[in-house]
Amino acid sequence: MSKPDTNNPFAITVNEVRGRNVERLVRFITLGMTWALILPVFFILGFLLIKAWPALSVGFIFDNPEKNMTAGGIWGPLIGTFMLIIVSLLIAAPIGILAGVYLNEFARDNWFTRFINLAVVNLAGVPSIVHGLFGLGAFVYFFQMQRSLLAASCTVAVMTLPVIITSTKEALASVPQPFRVACWNMGASKWQTIRTIVLPNSISGILTGVILQVARAAGETAPILFTGAMISSRIADSGWAAMVPYGLEDRFMALSYHLYIISTQWQNVPESFKFGTAIVMIGLVIAVNSFSIGFRIYLRSRKKW
Amino acid sequence: MTTPPPHIEFQDVTISYGKEIALRDISLTIPEQTIFSIIGPANAGKTTFLKSINRTLEFEPNAKTKGTILVHGTDISRIKNVYSLRRRIGMVFPLPVGLPLSVYENVAYAPRRAGIHDRQELDELIERCLKQSMLWDEVKDRLNLLGTKLSGGQQQRLTIARALSHKPEILCLDEFSIAIDPVTTMKIEDVLLELKKEMTIILVTNLVQQARRLADHTAFFNKSKMIEVGPTEKIFSNPEQQLTHDYVTGDFG
Repeated sequence: MSKPDTNNPFAITVNEVRGRNVERLVRFITLGMTWALILPVFFILGFLLIKAWPALSVGFIFDNPEKNMTAGGIWGPLIGTFMLIIVSLLIAAPIGILAGVYLNEFARDNWFTRFINLAVVNLAGVPSIVHGLFGLGAFVYFFQMQRSLLAASCTVAVMTLPVIITSTKEALASVPQPFRVACWNMGASKWQTIRTIVLPNSISGILTGVILQVARAAGETAPILFTGAMISSRIADSGWAAMVPYGLEDRFMALSYHLYIISTQWQNVPESFKFGTAIVMIGLVIAVNSFSIGFRIYLRSRKKW
Repeated sequence: MTTPPPHIEFQDVTISYGKEIALRDISLTIPEQTIFSIIGPANAGKTTFLKSINRTLEFEPNAKTKGTILVHGTDISRIKNVYSLRRRIGMVFPLPVGLPLSVYENVAYAPRRAGIHDRQELDELIERCLKQSMLWDEVKDRLNLLGTKLSGGQQQRLTIARALSHKPEILCLDEFSIAIDPVTTMKIEDVLLELKKEMTIILVTNLVQQARRLADHTAFFNKSKMIEVGPTEKIFSNPEQQLTHDYVTGDFG
């Protein structure tokens, strides 16, 4: 069979047939796995949307909870989660990015650097409830922040740091080394090289790491449970006080905690409220992410090679 | 004819990466305003030699230098501000690297770091550098194009233009012509002979005939050692070592 057909020099050989079949199989499996990934997402979103439909309205988003959270909306928890995302990322992003820059660009490969890298990887594997207890001990009691938005943000920041550091390192490492060497050869210092060449060409990758942490900051309940979240707090219904209802030293409501409470601890909450809260939480994450992704696309369009 | 004063001196320089020795006991003198070429097979330590002059060797982990390297009589290992040393040395490596900036900004990179911001001064400097590297005619209408979008040979000439942009007193060229067509290479060689009046040029090349055409002095490196050094004509026509003779006549290995 493997003897070529003398009449047709382009006739397919046994090996080529096998190669073609394997190719088709691999293509089919990878496509199947992609669908296996996408379908649950649509199923979950669709299910939540149908269940939440009766509750969804402009008022549900912009009104405060009423009558022991059995009526009204979820504005208070929504803005609380939004502030938690912003404050925690304002803390974690600069620290994580600068640490990543140090580890990838300046640190020499010695036992100390390896130890730090090991610590970062291990920190990423710590369960969120442990972060919550750490936050309680460190920020709430030791640094005397009390239970507050600041203490909860610090706790969430510590939880998100490892991924930000790791993704920053990866993004920096993807900038080709010859670019750096070319700059050094012209007498540029390391920092000048980082500022003019390395960072502008890795910023979109760095942002990806930060974006991934938005969902965690919004979704995790355990780290804020003991450090600042509260079941219910009365905030203003309108005006500036409703836009920024919590100060850094205030306790606050958050969507994840709110959802936990009305789903398991509270009586007489309409079912659509629970699903509505979940949908709004996902919507908030998607909204923050789309803003970041848009920003990243803009930056990537300026990427230079 | 008086001998020009020494510009670069190597005194018993040994460079190793960990346990592997890249250069062994190199002692040589490169006079001012001459072209000094280094020839030799792969892995002879030629590139390491260049890296040791502007101290970018320090970026290699495990690299160790013994002995003394003098530039204008100053021991470069004692220079505190290493950037002032690197600014005086133009370095061109064989891999063409267009920085991810426009062609203009590629060449303006070093002058800007040196504090030149006047637009007219920059324009003139960039035109001169690009003309010297024979790239001007091809890019003069598209200076805003990304350096990384140029062809390999153009990027290589861009690298040469960058090396000239900070007005170096020493120009190190490592296989500058492998990506450049022969006609343009000849033109650049003419420019190098012109530039010799302003700077000392160190030329690492695999094209032995290029060394013969350009260099005043030639050194032959092989297996981390300098086999022979001398006036180019002597190295090519009447070398002392059999190995050198074999290499320059193509009878090597």
